Amino acid sequence: MNRHDTDLDVPSGWGFATTVTRREFLRLTSTGLLVAVTVDPLFGRQEPTRLPTGRTGYPTDLNAYVHIDADGTVTCLVGKVELGQGAMTSLPQLVAEELDVPLTKVKIVLGDTDLCPWDMGTFGSLSIRQFGPVLRAAAAEAKAVLMQLAAERLQAPVTALTAAGGVISLTADAAKKVSYGQLTEGRRLERKIDGTPALDAVSSFTIVGKNAPRRDAIEKVTGAAKYAGDIVPTGALHARVLHPPAHGAILQSVDTAAAERVAGVRVVRDGDLVAVLHAHWDEADKALALVKAQWTPSPSTLNDTNIFEHLEQHAPPPQTPASGGDIAAGEKLAAEIVEHTYLDAYYAHAPMETHSAVAAFEHGKITVWAGTQTPFPLKSQIQAALKLSAEQVRVITPYVGGGFGGKSASQQAIEAARLAVAVGTPVRVVWSRAEEFFFDTFRPAAVLKIRAGLDASKRIVSWDYLVIAAGDRGAAHFYDIPHHRTVVRGSWGGRGVAGFHPFAVGPWRAPGASTNTFARESHIDILAAKTGMDPVAFRLAHLKDERMIRVLRAAAKRFGWTPKTAPSGRGVGVACGTDAGTHVASIVEVKVDKATGAITVVRVVAVQDMGVVVNPEGAIQQMEGCITQGLGYVLGEEIRFRNGEILDRNFDTYQMPRFSWLPTIEVEILPNPGLAAQGGGEPAIINMGAAVANAVFDGVGARLFRLPMTPERVKAALKA
Amino acid sequence: MATVSFSLNGKPTRLSGDENRMLLWVLRDDLGLTGTKFGCGQALCGACTVLVNDEAVRSCATRLRDVEGTRVVTIEGLARDGRLHPIQEAFVQHVGFQCGYCTPGMILGAHALLHKNPKPTRAQILAHMDEHICRCGAHLRIVQAVESAAAAAAKGGVR
Repeated sequence: MNRHDTDLDVPSGWGFATTVTRREFLRLTSTGLLVAVTVDPLFGRQEPTRLPTGRTGYPTDLNAYVHIDADGTVTCLVGKVELGQGAMTSLPQLVAEELDVPLTKVKIVLGDTDLCPWDMGTFGSLSIRQFGPVLRAAAAEAKAVLMQLAAERLQAPVTALTAAGGVISLTADAAKKVSYGQLTEGRRLERKIDGTPALDAVSSFTIVGKNAPRRDAIEKVTGAAKYAGDIVPTGALHARVLHPPAHGAILQSVDTAAAERVAGVRVVRDGDLVAVLHAHWDEADKALALVKAQWTPSPSTLNDTNIFEHLEQHAPPPQTPASGGDIAAGEKLAAEIVEHTYLDAYYAHAPMETHSAVAAFEHGKITVWAGTQTPFPLKSQIQAALKLSAEQVRVITPYVGGGFGGKSASQQAIEAARLAVAVGTPVRVVWSRAEEFFFDTFRPAAVLKIRAGLDASKRIVSWDYLVIAAGDRGAAHFYDIPHHRTVVRGSWGGRGVAGFHPFAVGPWRAPGASTNTFARESHIDILAAKTGMDPVAFRLAHLKDERMIRVLRAAAKRFGWTPKTAPSGRGVGVACGTDAGTHVASIVEVKVDKATGAITVVRVVAVQDMGVVVNPEGAIQQMEGCITQGLGYVLGEEIRFRNGEILDRNFDTYQMPRFSWLPTIEVEILPNPGLAAQGGGEPAIINMGAAVANAVFDGVGARLFRLPMTPERVKAALKA
Repeated sequence: MATVSFSLNGKPTRLSGDENRMLLWVLRDDLGLTGTKFGCGQALCGACTVLVNDEAVRSCATRLRDVEGTRVVTIEGLARDGRLHPIQEAFVQHVGFQCGYCTPGMILGAHALLHKNPKPTRAQILAHMDEHICRCGAHLRIVQAVESAAAAAAKGGVR
């Protein structure tokens, strides 16, 4: 396309800078105070968290950087990324708090492997929960250094000084003062600390716990926000990569002659990688359609109907994450045994930004801008794929257009990197929506079996839970049950188990917890109905966990819950869950159209205890997002597949939540300043399945044992 | 080789080339207007929405020749003289976004709605926005932003 006019104006440079060049970084850090932190001991106090590598807790080489320059500007350099969860807004709050500087004086650089210290990735609701203390430690150390410098400058002991607003003064004489900038000016100071620094007490917080305006707002509403697919190095070509039609299909032969004849098209073959390149995505895509490829058929005979039997038959060896008492003894106490099997489907992450990356190979170094949740692990993968050293690979993460766990895998960036080296010009890879569905690391389908015993006094005396494929997150119950056992066979980290899943699976927002919570909280409700007790009262009768009791009582109050035995005809349902250290109780109201089987969620109340809240407004938005997104896996989403082929390829068949589904949403966060900040990006999604299933039962007396609760399944349940 | 002339963000624009190409890719890859997003390629998600003569159009399914003689506005053309459009302001104020990827399309979709129907009910907003997909679940905030922009316009605040 030739452009005849040259006076188009495109706004740029709105809002906050989100990237810094290497040169700017070196200039930035050539003077001033740079604090790097290794604070492994801090994590002794943290809840152990499962990592992809099987380690527990953060690795010991974890660092955080905080830099203060001569004009008092504070920059934090953090390996996390901004997925929409608000990390670029909330993390600077922690630094501003510890350093006693205004929030506007704190800049943040995210997800750049040349500038930021190593980080394992942005997932698991860990940014605040586990990384927060590290960043606070770096800031606290920076402040300690500044106080020491100020003591020398003002000739007074540190104990006689007060820091406020980026200025240190004599407590007794505020006129004697020096700014952070003056203290660092012209110097190059570096500190590396190990161990546990003194952090501000929560009670003294003035910035943490207050709402902070989103730093990405202006860029995002003006179109200036850059995602990986928006980065266009000079001479960049779009690559459309030849991908198989089914999982397990193998390329037999390929004829690229017709594509090669298209003007402006280049075809690249690099071993198994075949790509068609053009300056424009659409023209590369048209040329890709001219490539004739022969594939062997997929050996898979699995589909979305026979998968459950397959999962049961091929489940990996059992692990027992929780148990107590003795199941056999418990069942002897039971007057009634209640046993059910629950099923869950495969779900796509389906972020609105498809996997995108741009790679440029210059002077022996490759720079890759990638939409990824894991820039540092991706850097290692690119090094391995291209046999390059660490110094030769830089991954930069611009804004990421949603991840939800799906961008922990970043195959598109490796494709871009390989192609950029092969063709010698920068290469852009932007997956089509069909590729996004095909290569997704789906939330796994699962089979869940619960066998529980009720005694004559309406108490649960035994709980025997078998989880197949969903993993152990959220599997262990939190009720007061004397004899119980939770056995897990297979997880969402299922790539490692050959032949178990027909395609890749992976973490999906609160991985496993939504599936486990659906089974447990449905079963608890079934038991409550058996006893004739109100579902809230039945739960409270079996809870000793004070945090859970508190959120459940608060949710019931907020909802205006009146005790009744289900089914009451009202269509109200409750569920409780824990995830990422946060406790959450949800109550929903539904309407069920008996003729069509369609469920409408009318109202959702969710109350959570997440410890210290860094940015309340941000945390509330995450809860609202969890609830709204959760409606998808509950009501409509489901990946259909057959013999290795993914049948859902776009939004016409894959039914995600829409505006017309929007219920009334009321969320509340209970204050708990005595507990460190817990996870916020995931917990409120986990209750949605059971809360809606329980509400459907309460409304129309039909029990759904399978997600999603599509109209056909509701109609079938009504007949059962 | 055909030539297509139209107004783009208020500027007369003349392009020559394949007039059958989709507007989305011409905007993004030829003109560098990357605020218009690729989401689905089949007019199913609304991320690529632009305004053509004040109506919301899916640029991924609109051929270049179809905008001949029209006024096309992309997200980059909404703010004027360094000032946000009131709908943009409302999206900032209500945080009508999370990851932000669907946001340009949402804002332009809302713009088209308010142009046609300056005082929409909540039900009308939900119906109009139903073809726009947000994966993060920012729906509630987006609806609040559109309502707020409509209320501001009713007070005479919107051009």
